[in-house]
Amino acid sequence: MHFEYFINGGDFSKAGQASSHFKKVLQQLNVAPQIIKRIVVALYEAEVNIVAHAFEGKIIIELQPDSVVMMLTDKGPGIPDIEKAMEIGYSTASPKVREMGFGAGMGLSNIKNNADHLEISSTVGTGTTVTIKVNLKSDQLTD
Amino acid sequence: MKLSEVVEFLNAKVVCGHDNLSREVYRAFASDLMSDVLTINTQNLLLLTGLTNIQTIRTSEMADVLNIVIVRNKKATSEMIEIAKEMGMVILECDYSMYKTCGILFSKGLNPVY
Repeated sequence: MHFEYFINGGDFSKAGQASSHFKKVLQQLNVAPQIIKRIVVALYEAEVNIVAHAFEGKIIIELQPDSVVMMLTDKGPGIPDIEKAMEIGYSTASPKVREMGFGAGMGLSNIKNNADHLEISSTVGTGTTVTIKVNLKSDQLTD
Repeated sequence: MKLSEVVEFLNAKVVCGHDNLSREVYRAFASDLMSDVLTINTQNLLLLTGLTNIQTIRTSEMADVLNIVIVRNKKATSEMIEIAKEMGMVILECDYSMYKTCGILFSKGLNPVY
């Protein structure tokens, strides 16, 4: 199954709508609740990142019998130092983002902790692509 | 601890979810930082927060949190309430500070997550 969502940068009133929709899909498909939580926490953090940092973005999700692959591509400032961005506590978020309860430098590590595979590629001044894979049959749950 | 007891101990106002006050919570987590909330993997959780925007509800939705206390006399927005109702969430509003709210619930035996 294939899903696509368009994300507006800066529009916090709608941040999370894509993740919310996809969560309902997973529930309808009777995916295990612990797996759903890993998928939607990673997806939601990544969706919030687009809203927080980019001008616009697109989420493409491929749902297969044994895994879900979520590719989030944005047009935005890009990440100059991905290794640094992965560090817990490092953030370039604006005060507005912090008012929304994010921007503490935990998003990417939260994504990593819930993903079975994570890839980030970025070009400064162009944008970022985050690809998150979560196995549906995995019983190795993240605490 | 039943949510009805939480209401009583905190002298809280029930904003939505009146039909679910018999629900039990076993642990509480207090934070205004939603990324912190998203790290928690605990069922039957009570979230205490002073953050009153739609991301409080979206975060709770993703983290499977159904029970929220809004502290510091902050008020839930109509948009928050609307989505919370759809999700079967209970939102309580409490005049006390985060510290006092936590202190009361802890002293009444509600456990922390860690």
